[in-house]
Amino acid sequence: MTVQSALKGRVAADHGSTRRMRRGVSEGLAGYLFLIPWFIGLAVIVVGPMVASLYLSFTNYNPLGSPKWIGLDNYTRMFTADPRYLKAVRVTVTYVVLSVPLQLVFALLLALALDKGMRALNFYRSVYYLPSLLGGSVAIALLWRQVFGDSGLVNQVLGFFGIHAGSWIGDPDTSLYTLVTLSVWMFGAPMIIFLAGLRQIPTMYYEAAMVDGAGPLRTFFKITLPLLSPVIFFNLILQTISAFQAFTPAYVVSDGTGGPVDSTLFYTLYLYQEGFPNLRMGYASALAWVLLAVIGIITAINFVVSKYWVFYGDEG
Amino acid sequence: MNTKSTFRTPAGRFLRHLVLVGFGLVMIYPLLWMISSSFKPEDEIFTDKSLIPKNVTLENYVHGWTALPNSFATFFINSGIIVAGAIVGNLFACSLAAFAFARLKFPLRKLWFSIMLGMLMLPHHVILIPQYILFSKLGWVNTFLPLIVPKFLATDAFFIFLMVQFIRTLPRELDEAARIDGCGFFGTFFRVILPLARPALATTAIFTFIWTYNDFLTPLIYLSSPEKATVPLALRSFMDAESGSSFGPLFAMSVVALAPIFGFFIAAQKYLVRGVATTGLK
Repeated sequence: MTVQSALKGRVAADHGSTRRMRRGVSEGLAGYLFLIPWFIGLAVIVVGPMVASLYLSFTNYNPLGSPKWIGLDNYTRMFTADPRYLKAVRVTVTYVVLSVPLQLVFALLLALALDKGMRALNFYRSVYYLPSLLGGSVAIALLWRQVFGDSGLVNQVLGFFGIHAGSWIGDPDTSLYTLVTLSVWMFGAPMIIFLAGLRQIPTMYYEAAMVDGAGPLRTFFKITLPLLSPVIFFNLILQTISAFQAFTPAYVVSDGTGGPVDSTLFYTLYLYQEGFPNLRMGYASALAWVLLAVIGIITAINFVVSKYWVFYGDEG
Repeated sequence: MNTKSTFRTPAGRFLRHLVLVGFGLVMIYPLLWMISSSFKPEDEIFTDKSLIPKNVTLENYVHGWTALPNSFATFFINSGIIVAGAIVGNLFACSLAAFAFARLKFPLRKLWFSIMLGMLMLPHHVILIPQYILFSKLGWVNTFLPLIVPKFLATDAFFIFLMVQFIRTLPRELDEAARIDGCGFFGTFFRVILPLARPALATTAIFTFIWTYNDFLTPLIYLSSPEKATVPLALRSFMDAESGSSFGPLFAMSVVALAPIFGFFIAAQKYLVRGVATTGLK
């Protein structure tokens, strides 16, 4: 060891020790200190209940008694002996499959229409975004009940054209679609994310495309869409997960029943009904774990499939 | 941006604005209809199709405000307490966690960070029932505690993630300068990072406000007595109480319920723009 490097070492050590004195605690310890609330939350509010919920899903549990182990009975009952459950799955899948793509298409179209530097861009953005903020509320779900009700706004407009329809909410064939409309109405949030994504695309690509004589459609499919695909993917994951968990609109529109004839019986609504009003907490826990598994699997599939259509610039 | 040549001409530009305004109007129309109906006498709501009421009345608001055994003032106070608690909790706990993840090196950091990211995608429903059992064992059912305490334990991973992303954009030289000036980790956090992270804190506060205020499932499960109800719960029972016959007061109270979100949105938008502008200047 040369004198120089030895000196350097000593200086570094001194520096280190004075720094440690000033800080009071080492960085490693400080990290854990800052995370204390999060660790408590993780253990008590998240992981503990998750483990408990997994255990309860193998039991017959009513909060007035104690859990009774019944093995896989809850899970087999779901798929073999519970028509309401299968109905809830059908309703939820229909809702997700319709509302997520429709919402994303609207979000993308509007984001494209709101061109960079156009007049009143901020105004339009706010107007289109507002429903996303309000849409999750009970007030809007109540409004939807009236808008699609017997003498509601939709039928007033249709009446103007000489078409007379009954209540869209009260008809089991259409009630679910009114909720899909509500979800599409809230396209503002993904639109904002698309707008930010569009800003990231360098204008030189568009200039080059123009020089090469590409038309608007070709430019869209060859430049905008591939470069925006990571953002589309992000929105797809986010909206799918939240669509599976939709609860408030179905509860409010159907008075908590999921009716008419279980046509708006969302998965989460059925879970709530079983767990709370019916006090079948073991069964409801099993329902919750199946939901978690399904969301996990669909997210995983999305990630695998994304390799074939999502384009990350740094790879190419 | 796009080579939509038709939109470049003045006529095209006008056409585009026409479409955008028209579409916006269709979207906002249900809201306008609700506001307008709330000022109409009961018998004119479904007969008078014009947006501007012929006879403006405040009757719906007066009647609606006190139609339930408790007035809406109670429900607003309840919602206010819960929302305020949730905002303080999220700002406190999520910023602490975010600072650790964004700035400090500690053993197993990567593992904890990926667990935090996993929590982002966790459906709340999985823990709903055991959480209820836990809180009922603690005797917290029918109090505001189950709605506030979890926020002080950084259970909204989304906000941790948001703040981590933001803190990572702040130059590390600031931390080092603070340390040379004698600041410890807590000093650096409180005096350097927190003030600079104000835009992220504002975003957290705004979204916590909107999500907590709109939340329906959690109060539905935990708050059973009518005088503890939040605004959304009250609106729901309002519909039952009026048994769907009188829409005027229902619309009026819906407007009142949406007003805070709307107001917060307008006010906070300004703050956000200013926040972005000041950080952009650095």
